[in-house]
Amino acid sequence: MGKASKLNIRRIVIAALVLYIVLLLGPIAGFDIPNIAAAIQANPLQLVQFLIIGLANGAIIAIIGLGYTMVYGIIELVNFAHGDVYMIGVFTSLTVLSLTGTLDTDSPGKIILGLILALVIAIAVGAGLNATVERVAYRRLRNSSRLAALISAIGVSFILENTGLIWAAQSWLVPSFGTTGGASQKVFPDLLGKIMAAYGLDVNLLANTGIALRFTIKDLMVMVLAGAMMLALRLFVQNTKMGKAMRATAQNRDAAKMLGIDIDWVISTTFLIGGGLAGAAGLMAGLYNNTAWWFMGFRAGLQSFTAAVLGGIGNITGAMLGGILIGLLASFSDGYLNARWTNAWVFATLVLILLFRPSGLLGEQVGEKA
Amino acid sequence: MLELTDVHTYYGNIHALKGISLKVDDGEIVTLIGSNGAGKTTTLRTIQGLLRPRSGSIKLDDLELHKLPSHQVAAKGIAQSPEGRMIFPRMSVLENLEMGAYARTDKDGIQQDLERVFGLFPRLKERIKQKGGTLSGGEQQMLAMGRALMARPRILLLDEPSMGLSPILVDLIFDTIVAINKEGTTILLVEQNALMALSIAHRGYVIQTGEIILTDNAAKLQENEMVQKSYLGVE
Repeated sequence: MGKASKLNIRRIVIAALVLYIVLLLGPIAGFDIPNIAAAIQANPLQLVQFLIIGLANGAIIAIIGLGYTMVYGIIELVNFAHGDVYMIGVFTSLTVLSLTGTLDTDSPGKIILGLILALVIAIAVGAGLNATVERVAYRRLRNSSRLAALISAIGVSFILENTGLIWAAQSWLVPSFGTTGGASQKVFPDLLGKIMAAYGLDVNLLANTGIALRFTIKDLMVMVLAGAMMLALRLFVQNTKMGKAMRATAQNRDAAKMLGIDIDWVISTTFLIGGGLAGAAGLMAGLYNNTAWWFMGFRAGLQSFTAAVLGGIGNITGAMLGGILIGLLASFSDGYLNARWTNAWVFATLVLILLFRPSGLLGEQVGEKA
Repeated sequence: MLELTDVHTYYGNIHALKGISLKVDDGEIVTLIGSNGAGKTTTLRTIQGLLRPRSGSIKLDDLELHKLPSHQVAAKGIAQSPEGRMIFPRMSVLENLEMGAYARTDKDGIQQDLERVFGLFPRLKERIKQKGGTLSGGEQQMLAMGRALMARPRILLLDEPSMGLSPILVDLIFDTIVAINKEGTTILLVEQNALMALSIAHRGYVIQTGEIILTDNAAKLQENEMVQKSYLGVE
């Protein structure tokens, strides 16, 4: 006993403290159970609505979370700059859409072409940026203490955020729509709504069905794209030679080297894929939430990192599951509690997982880790 | 075929190999015996390119291996069953074996070698879909050797294949080593179990604190008084 029971007591004390703070903040944060129950009873359909919103947001979080989990799985580094790569993805998309005139046209064909181009370029920029960051800021630190690489990651995060701040101030790249300065939130125009309008359709796909729910073209786009990317990634990691090399490197780097696997190239590929996913998530989130902001990578990073830890960091399926769960948590918190406190709930989740199940939901499952 | 000349390897400031010279000829089983920490594993890791020698040369025929990055050494025909086995715990037995053939592209040859490995280790075939991490120690050793054979190496490096195994399994593993050698694979065997190693090897080297202190054919080493006293436990 001794050591183990002492550890447990400490954990329970910390958990009690977290719970106490939660209860203390309860009324402010809207954690009022009878009230919530009443709200659900009054409008049960709303629950489904928040579910839809949660799934769509969760899909975006999952896509970003994959980048955290893949990188952690292979070099055990929490890439703190990852959320900011996603932010750069948003600005890249907006800039491509602006420079190609997609924002000004009403022709649905041109908008779709512009969106496809923006997706391709956002993926390329995200991938290239992430791999460059690895080459410049992490590779030399691979054999030094983990803290060194972590601090380097935080530094890269600052650099990218300030890049975003400068970028946002360039109105010839990022249309200002009346807002001023780089620090303000920019509008990311609702191009999907515009396409629907051009065909005389409602943005809400359930508009004429009599169901009092909103399931918009945006929800559909996010879920389809995210689902396709997750499926593609799974197939890639399970079946291709490079995918197998990535798993082998994650499981035993020395053995992988002995078998002739070029570790540097495998790690670069991991960063390329993670960055590409973050870039794609940038376009998706821009179209979904219709904002672009230099600091948006922070919140997205926090939520995606929590999702990765919740699912079991290093585990690809886990990141997908964790992303959906965090999306739902955030959506229900926004809906029934208090949107200002959503981040606090996400943080509280992170603390509780780290205390009671640091390996995450799927962390101990054999076979899936990549 | 494989020749190390005056190889010096360091871990940071620790001088681990102090001028190792050894030679393995085509078709031989050569063993490197010595106690814990003598530099046996370091020697194999240096040959494999995981550690870079500070001076000296490692040649495979005329090819200077020590100048190649580690991932290219495997492709030149050096494969290893490493200390601690280092199998991939969350990959299936089949995937582990496939990874062994990572540097190869000849599909037919790979399939042939897969059958060969299953012929040598029927247990692996029975457990083909099982995750590597769920195998027993003996099965993991078979998998590590099988994975190395999948590279169809010119020279197979074996690091302590008997470690942690029951006497029956040790016999099985050593019989298999002889069989692999008879099929034409040259072997460099590192062992603490000097008795077993010398019983199957053609020649041997004795390593002590990073230096080769003795070399001879295996039969003569078995009779050597110092070897008997230090490594064979003969009083």
